[in-house]
Amino acid sequence: VSFLRRRRATGGSGRRILFPFIGSTLSQRTLDATLRLARSQDATLVPAYLATIPHHLSLDSPAPLRESETALPMLELIEQRATHAGVAVDSRIERGRTPRHALAEMLESERYDMLVVPAKTSASDGFEPNDIAWLLENAPGEVLVLRPEPTETRAV
Amino acid sequence: VRGHYKIFLGMAAGVGKTYRMLQEGKAEQAAGRDVVIGYLEPHARAETEAQAEGLERLPRRTVEFRGTTVEEMDLPAIFQRAPELCLIDELAHTNPPGVEHAKRYEDIEDVLDAGIDVFSTVNVQHLESLNDRVAELTGVRVRETFPDSVLVSADEVVLVDLTPEALIGRLRAGKVYPAERVSAALNNFFRVENLAALREVALRQTAEDVEHKRAGSVVEALGTREELVADDAQQAVSERILALVTPRTRSQRLVRRAWRSAQRLGAELDLLYVQPPGRPPRGEEREQLEAMRRLASVLGATLLVEEGDDLVDTAARVAAERGTTYVLIGQPPPRTGLRRFGESLPDRLLRKLPGVDVRIVADRSRRLDSFGPPAERAR
Repeated sequence: VSFLRRRRATGGSGRRILFPFIGSTLSQRTLDATLRLARSQDATLVPAYLATIPHHLSLDSPAPLRESETALPMLELIEQRATHAGVAVDSRIERGRTPRHALAEMLESERYDMLVVPAKTSASDGFEPNDIAWLLENAPGEVLVLRPEPTETRAV
Repeated sequence: VRGHYKIFLGMAAGVGKTYRMLQEGKAEQAAGRDVVIGYLEPHARAETEAQAEGLERLPRRTVEFRGTTVEEMDLPAIFQRAPELCLIDELAHTNPPGVEHAKRYEDIEDVLDAGIDVFSTVNVQHLESLNDRVAELTGVRVRETFPDSVLVSADEVVLVDLTPEALIGRLRAGKVYPAERVSAALNNFFRVENLAALREVALRQTAEDVEHKRAGSVVEALGTREELVADDAQQAVSERILALVTPRTRSQRLVRRAWRSAQRLGAELDLLYVQPPGRPPRGEEREQLEAMRRLASVLGATLLVEEGDDLVDTAARVAAERGTTYVLIGQPPPRTGLRRFGESLPDRLLRKLPGVDVRIVADRSRRLDSFGPPAERAR
C-alpha cells in the first residue's frame, strides 16, 4: 500500500513536466492542455513561477512582496486544478534578474523530462518570442511551446 | 498628500455596502465636505438610488469593447472635478481595454495619489488570496480579484454585516435582484451554508486587518521589533510562526498558508524539518529539501533542519528558542494500530507548547482521495 501511495504522490511514471510561467495571468487553455499532457503521461507537473528581482536587491534576497503575492495564489490555483485532474504536482518559485535569467537558473537546478512553455498573448502573460527562441537553443530535452488562440481570453 | 482610503467590505451582494457608503458620503457632505459619486452601480435597487439622491454624480464615459458600447467610470473627469471625497463603487471591477488601467482599484490608487479621499466597496470573495478558499467553500470561483495589498493599504476597512437569513430575506423581497433572478440565486450562490461560510471569512478578514493595524500602531509607538526584543518585550507585540515541514511536496501548501498568515500577522516565519538522527535526506527527499530551502529564501522565511528522535520535543525546544507564538502543521496521517490509543500530534503540541496556537492545514490531495477526483465521482 505504501508503495502504491508513493507512486501516486510522485506521479506514477516518474516523469516530470516542468512548466515555467511569469506574470499574473495564465491562459486557461494552456494550463488545461499541460494538465492533459501530464495526466496522459502519468507525470508530475512542476509549475515554476519565475520571480524577477530588481537590480538594487541582492539576487538571493527575498522576492519583492508583489512577486510573492502573485506567485503563491497562482501556484495554489494550479495545484488545485492539478489535484482535481488527478495530476501530481511539485511547485517551485525561481528567481532571476529577468525571466530569461530565472529560466536559466531553473534549468540548472531542476530535473525534468519535458519543458512546456506558455507563449505570451494579448490576453495572458507568457514568454516573449525572443525568450522562447533562447529556450529552444539552450534548454536540454524536449520543449513544447503552447500558444493559445490569440482571441482566447480565459485566463487563470 | 495621499487621500484617505476607506473600504466597505461585505460577504456578498445585497448586504448594503453601497448603501452604507452613500450614507457615510452624505454625512460627510452634511459636515461641509465636497463629495461626489465617481461611480455608482445601483443594480436597479430602489433603496440605493434613493440614498444617492442629493449627491453629485459624475457622468460615466462610454468605451467601445468587442463591438458594443459600455459605460465606465470617467477617471479624467474625477481629476478635473477634484472633489475632497469621491465615492467609487466595486473596486474589484475589470475595466475594458483602452482606458487608463486594467482594474478599478488601480484607478482608485491614482485618485488617492491626487490627494482625493476615496470610499469604495468590495465583496470578500474578490480578495485574491481568499479566492481558492472561497471557491472551495462555495463551489463558485470569482473571476474578478484584487490583491491583498489593496485592503492592507486602506486606512479603514468597515465590515458591512448581515446574517445569512436576513440577506436571503432581502433577496426574496426583491431588494437584491429582479424577481426573475431570485430563484436561480437562491438555488446557487445564496444558500445559507455558502453565506455563513462567506460571512465567517469576511469577519475573520476584518479581524485580521484590525489586528494588523493595531500591531502596526503599537510598533510605531514603541519602536521596531529589534528594539523591543532588546527590552525583552517581543512577546507582547509580535507573532512568530513555526511551520513543521517535511521534505515532501505536500508541505509546499503548508508553507504557502504559513507565509500568508505571517503576512497578515506581520510575523516572522520559521520552517522546521525534524530529521531522524543519522539519517540525512537522500534522493528525492534531498531534492525536496533543497526546493524547500529555495522557497524559504524567496519568501524571506528561515528553514531550520534539526535532528531529533521526537518531532514534538524538538519542535517545543525550537519554539522556545525562537519565541514562537503560532505553530502550523500539516494534516497528520490517520492513526492506525496501537497509535489510535495514544495522544494525537496536535494534542501533544498543545500540551508541550502552552500558550502557543496550533493550526492544522488540510492536505487537499487527501481530501480528494476520500471523495475521488471529479471525473471518478461522476461515474
